[in-house]
Amino acid sequence: MEKNKHFVLGVYEDEDVLLSAVKTVRESGIKIQEVYSPFPVHGLDEVLGYRRTRLPIAAFMFGLLGTSLALTMQIWMLGFDWPMIIGGKNFVSLPPFVPVTFELTVLLAALGMVGTFMIVSDLKPYKKARLMDTRITDDKHVMAIDLASNTLAKDDIKKIVNESGASEVNDKDFED
Amino acid sequence: MQVTSTVREALVTGGKTVHDVTEDICRQVEGKPTMPWLMGMAISLGALAIGAYCVFMLLWEGVGVWGLNKTVGWAWDITNFVWWVGIGHAGTLISAILLLFRQKWRMSINRAAEAMTIFAVICAACFPGLHMGRLWLGFYWALPLPNTFGSLWVNFNSPLLWDVFAISTYFTVSLVFWYIGLIPDFASIRDRAKNKISKAVYGALSFGWDGAAKTWMRYESVALILAGLATPLVLSVHTIVSFDFATSVIPGWHTTIFPPYFVAGAIFSGFAMVLTLMLVTRKTFQLEDYITINHIELMNIIIIITGSIVGIAYITEFFIAWYSGVEAEQYAFINRMTGPYWWAYWTMMTCNVISPQLFWIKKIRTNIAATFILSIIVNIGMWFERFVIIVTSLHRDYLPSSWTMFYPTFYDVGVYLFTFGLFFTAFLLFAKFFPVINMAEVKSIIKSSSLKQSN
Repeated sequence: MEKNKHFVLGVYEDEDVLLSAVKTVRESGIKIQEVYSPFPVHGLDEVLGYRRTRLPIAAFMFGLLGTSLALTMQIWMLGFDWPMIIGGKNFVSLPPFVPVTFELTVLLAALGMVGTFMIVSDLKPYKKARLMDTRITDDKHVMAIDLASNTLAKDDIKKIVNESGASEVNDKDFED
Repeated sequence: MQVTSTVREALVTGGKTVHDVTEDICRQVEGKPTMPWLMGMAISLGALAIGAYCVFMLLWEGVGVWGLNKTVGWAWDITNFVWWVGIGHAGTLISAILLLFRQKWRMSINRAAEAMTIFAVICAACFPGLHMGRLWLGFYWALPLPNTFGSLWVNFNSPLLWDVFAISTYFTVSLVFWYIGLIPDFASIRDRAKNKISKAVYGALSFGWDGAAKTWMRYESVALILAGLATPLVLSVHTIVSFDFATSVIPGWHTTIFPPYFVAGAIFSGFAMVLTLMLVTRKTFQLEDYITINHIELMNIIIIITGSIVGIAYITEFFIAWYSGVEAEQYAFINRMTGPYWWAYWTMMTCNVISPQLFWIKKIRTNIAATFILSIIVNIGMWFERFVIIVTSLHRDYLPSSWTMFYPTFYDVGVYLFTFGLFFTAFLLFAKFFPVINMAEVKSIIKSSSLKQSN
């Protein structure tokens, strides 16, 4: 977020009211910056018009990477770099390689996906959260509307938000 | 939107609001340590100190301080290892498999169960490490790291190596799963924190979480896929642990039934340990509205199912030993039942096969005291199961001149005590400084579950 931003905040108590409010506010032509909630609200991403996340694809790709790394490692180490006779078995035999391959697939898929999630959502230990309202992590849902990206006047926006079922309508400015 | 059948019992009782959830869970984190907590901590640290002395002596003197001998080369160490890994199965089962099955009752118990999983896996990992004698060489013996012998690589055909990969993957994925769930709750604590230190600590732990809808959408997708990945993982871990025995040639060990039987046993003992811990946590932290009798009953039902699977597996093993016509196999099983370790075998049968059947009676499975006692009995039984499999199969070697008994020494007991100290110290620290119930998840069912009841 850049400096000097002015927001109108609609505070909602109930997730179902919030869902219908997001619909009405968007239908009246107002662009919503983001909605903040204390818990995941099902269907909120749809009414906000968000595209489905592509994180599952990332997980699949990292999983494939894990499978191929594990197989390459085992085949190269036991088959080519230092072949050892173990109970007269083939140097390269796939069944005994399955467990390690499976574990590394899961490991890389999980770590890769979570890492991607952290990066795209900008979650990191030294980040200071910019909260619209501290009650977001308690029991309030907050709809933030950026005045700069809307053409409607501030008072009109406030009126529409208020009529949509918000329990409070506040102003919020970020200056840093 | 949530649709919950009106016939179902409420998952959260007492007409709690969303704000009450934050209050009830954060109160433990923000308040001063209570007397029972301090006493628990003192006992755990005492056990840890005695245990640490034994671990030190073990590393200083070598594995010879244990009661192992030439015939019984694996005893308490591997018994404890398998026991702790088994306990570590409930957490991820609750959070992953029950998430895929959309069992919402998991929400108030998954956080503590996952914490228990992580600590139990750490305790389990101590034993193979210590059994190596030279712990500091462990990494390099167990992992495919380049070395100056060639490089001479680890043997990927060995189930013991598969175990290294399975347990470390399981630990990492469980830890990540647990932590992802903790982030929004750390943010709740951060935004309520009064003093500078907790603001800074929980601020860092919460990774700058702001509750944006877009992040929640990704978060839910991550949780679902992690659950999908963790489900086969949790089943693979104890399967691979059972391969340590099943791929060998020792009568009593090389049984094809081991993988499913070990997995069922693991879930059985894991749920018992979750119950032991949750009943105490629920009482001392006054969480009766979140962990209801309904939750306890559902967990007890899982104990009946898995306990019965384990019982059937014991009987099947016997039948197959007889049916195979292999004399050595038949002897191993008859000897288990009637040989010098008959008392261990019958302890196992009583605790694991008979005692969980008591949960068929509704009065018992909804009674807290009975559940608590039975949950401990189940874990005693599961310890004996591993002891019976390991020690009684080994103590009658191929040559009768090698036949012997295993007697634990002070250090066998001491190292086991060390892991108990470690486990309870870690769990008590978790219970005090981390939110013991997943607030964000419980809040999402408040409207469909708690408020409905108050109307």
